[in-house]
Amino acid sequence: MSFLLNHYRQGSLRHLSLSKEACHTQIMSMLGEEEGNMRCVAQFEVGYTGYLDHELRVTGPLPEFAREPVQLIAAYRAMASARAFDRKAINLQRTGQLGTFASCLGEEAIAVAVGLAMRPEDVLLPMYRHHGAYLSRGVRMAELLAYWGGDERGMDFQSVREDFAVAVPIATQAPHAVGVGYAFKYRKEPRVAVCLLGDGATSKGDFYEAINAAGVWELPVVFVVANNLWAISVPRTLQSRAQTLAQKAIAAGFEGEQVDGNDYIAVRDRLDQALQRARSGQGPCLIEALTYRMGDHTTADDSRRYRDAEEVEAWQRRDPLDRLRGYLLQSGAWSEADEEALQVECQEAADQAAQLYLERPLQPPASMFDYLYERLPRAYAEQRKALADPNDV
Amino acid sequence: MPEMTLVGGVNAALAYEMAADDRVLVFGEDIGVNGGVFRATEGLQQRFGPERVIDTPLAEGLIAGMAVGLAAQGLRPVAEIQFMGFSYPTLDQLISHASRLRNRTRGRLSCPMVLRAPFGGGIHAPEHHSESTEALYAHIPGLRVVIPSSPARAYGLLLAAIRDPDPVVFLEPKRIYRLTKQEVADDGEAMPLDVCFVVRDGTDITLVTWGAMIHETLQAAEQLAKEGISAEVIDVATLRPLDTETILESVAKTGRCVIIHEAPRSGGFGAEIAAVVAEHGLLNLLAPVARVTGYDTIMPLLKLEQHFLPSVERIMDTVHKTMEFA
Ligand SMILES: Cc1ncc(C[n+]2csc(CCOP(=O)(O)OP(=O)(O)O)c2C)c(N)n1
Ligand SMILES: [Mg+2]
Repeated sequence: MSFLLNHYRQGSLRHLSLSKEACHTQIMSMLGEEEGNMRCVAQFEVGYTGYLDHELRVTGPLPEFAREPVQLIAAYRAMASARAFDRKAINLQRTGQLGTFASCLGEEAIAVAVGLAMRPEDVLLPMYRHHGAYLSRGVRMAELLAYWGGDERGMDFQSVREDFAVAVPIATQAPHAVGVGYAFKYRKEPRVAVCLLGDGATSKGDFYEAINAAGVWELPVVFVVANNLWAISVPRTLQSRAQTLAQKAIAAGFEGEQVDGNDYIAVRDRLDQALQRARSGQGPCLIEALTYRMGDHTTADDSRRYRDAEEVEAWQRRDPLDRLRGYLLQSGAWSEADEEALQVECQEAADQAAQLYLERPLQPPASMFDYLYERLPRAYAEQRKALADPNDV
Repeated sequence: MPEMTLVGGVNAALAYEMAADDRVLVFGEDIGVNGGVFRATEGLQQRFGPERVIDTPLAEGLIAGMAVGLAAQGLRPVAEIQFMGFSYPTLDQLISHASRLRNRTRGRLSCPMVLRAPFGGGIHAPEHHSESTEALYAHIPGLRVVIPSSPARAYGLLLAAIRDPDPVVFLEPKRIYRLTKQEVADDGEAMPLDVCFVVRDGTDITLVTWGAMIHETLQAAEQLAKEGISAEVIDVATLRPLDTETILESVAKTGRCVIIHEAPRSGGFGAEIAAVVAEHGLLNLLAPVARVTGYDTIMPLLKLEQHFLPSVERIMDTVHKTMEFA
């Protein structure tokens, strides 16, 4: 209860709830003379950053990288590409050519900012939704399609070979990030582990255990919570009574902050800062990126059962791609012709990836034995024979 | 050669491998300054420093999960869970990640970790400190489950487990941690995983066991010898993957098989061994395979635990019935 939720750092860090004074007064009235000798021994704040709002208003001096269009255009292209991938994957699923798929629609700013802010030697520990993070780190679309199409080889990336495979059991990747961060720190390598989680994940023990340990050991780990307001059908409000998810980091002894997750500039800026601090030995950070899951939870879900169309429509006006494109168009760095060309390019890339995925020969059935252990123990030989091609012993 | 207890063998193996390989990190609850509640890690933090011998926060899921992260990064994590009864949060990480990291990345990532935990009854411990749930772990493809039953095997098998490129659950029979001493050369020589050890040769009956029950089983074999019954005793040592050949060979020779374990009977690992003998050794059998096990009950508290744990008498009794089977 000693939270002073307030914010007022520089430029575009904004209010969360109460003014500093109001908050202080409230806390003092709770802590004050009425309760005998109790004093305030700790107080905290949670910042919020946004630069570009959904009406394309710039709300503060832009960070360095966003003052020139080059990087913003690259980011926009990556976001458009991620969305084209998403569209393609859903089409493949609908036509029976892919398994159940989790769409990233609406969360591309977070995914791409993570992918582009990280260095190649950093390690990503993602959940299952933010395909754009992998893609902008160099993982190929055909690889991701393979995984979602039911082929383990999809997670055998040809690039970023130390990145983790998607974590399906919620929040179980958070303790892995602690191990990876510990390895970096132990070997004195200037690398960072970036762990992507959802709002639902922050209710799990794994999450709490991991942030707690990352705090204790001051590990180079950045936890990014993509708070899309839903965990399948359970809304954020039923996930936690905490005013922000970011403040959970405070209990673990390090900074947590909120960022407008649909504002690429804001997500990227705060990630850059967090990564830089982690890389230089200043420990972990938690960034809660506020966003919205614009699509169904997965292709197996029907979100009309549990949420109103108006809510979805309201968030469609906050679409991260529209926002960045709008800003680039407005500033003259992008044109309708550029946009048309980009859409064609993205579509072609996704089509090509699908082609590659669909044409790849299947794994032989006996391969299910071949990666259980480095060398298959004798005890498994008999079972493997049942699936093996008789010509291949 | 130094004389070692079983827990001393664990300690010596950890120390040897930490000195030989700076990728080895040891961590868990109270394992640093305190040297672990059973002193398995005694002296290691003083010798190798707190970066390599790490007191973790009290969180078993974290301990297992961070081992996965460290292992994927090419380190050799050796995690300690204070008691098997508190290891169940690790099952999620073992099943969902450690056992399948190699498979689900088609070999891109792997998980050379060891998860150590003391297990079993008979030390008058509080509730939750005496169970034997090794079958839970032995059911998981992609893992190795290794149980030493002598100081030499604790030393040699733990070295092998740390050096193994895949995840190993290493369960230590705490009742015999200090029961016997044995001369063990601290020479870094590992023992083979994935094989059973014939610890006593015999011709009339095969007694198959692991962990602390090796003690009662050997005592029974001794008494049987006086009665003129020659019992062969097999220490399974690695439950998964199971070395069926050693067991089947022995049964082919003796024609009789009794399996002894502390854990409850139904679905215990003895059932797997009995099934293997039935599938592949039926025609060699002169009597039905029999089991001497804990009961299908909750492990009783200490006042009743001696009634739960298989005794020398119960083993003898079952052996007699098996020998007398027409
Ligand atoms: C441990 C666990 N429990 C339940 C599930 C089933 N499940 C899959 S996704 C999901 C919701 C996750 O919500 P959140 O963390 O907010 O991520 P989002 O899907 O919204 O991106 C659930 C309950 C699971 N995968 N893992
Ligand atoms: Mg969510």
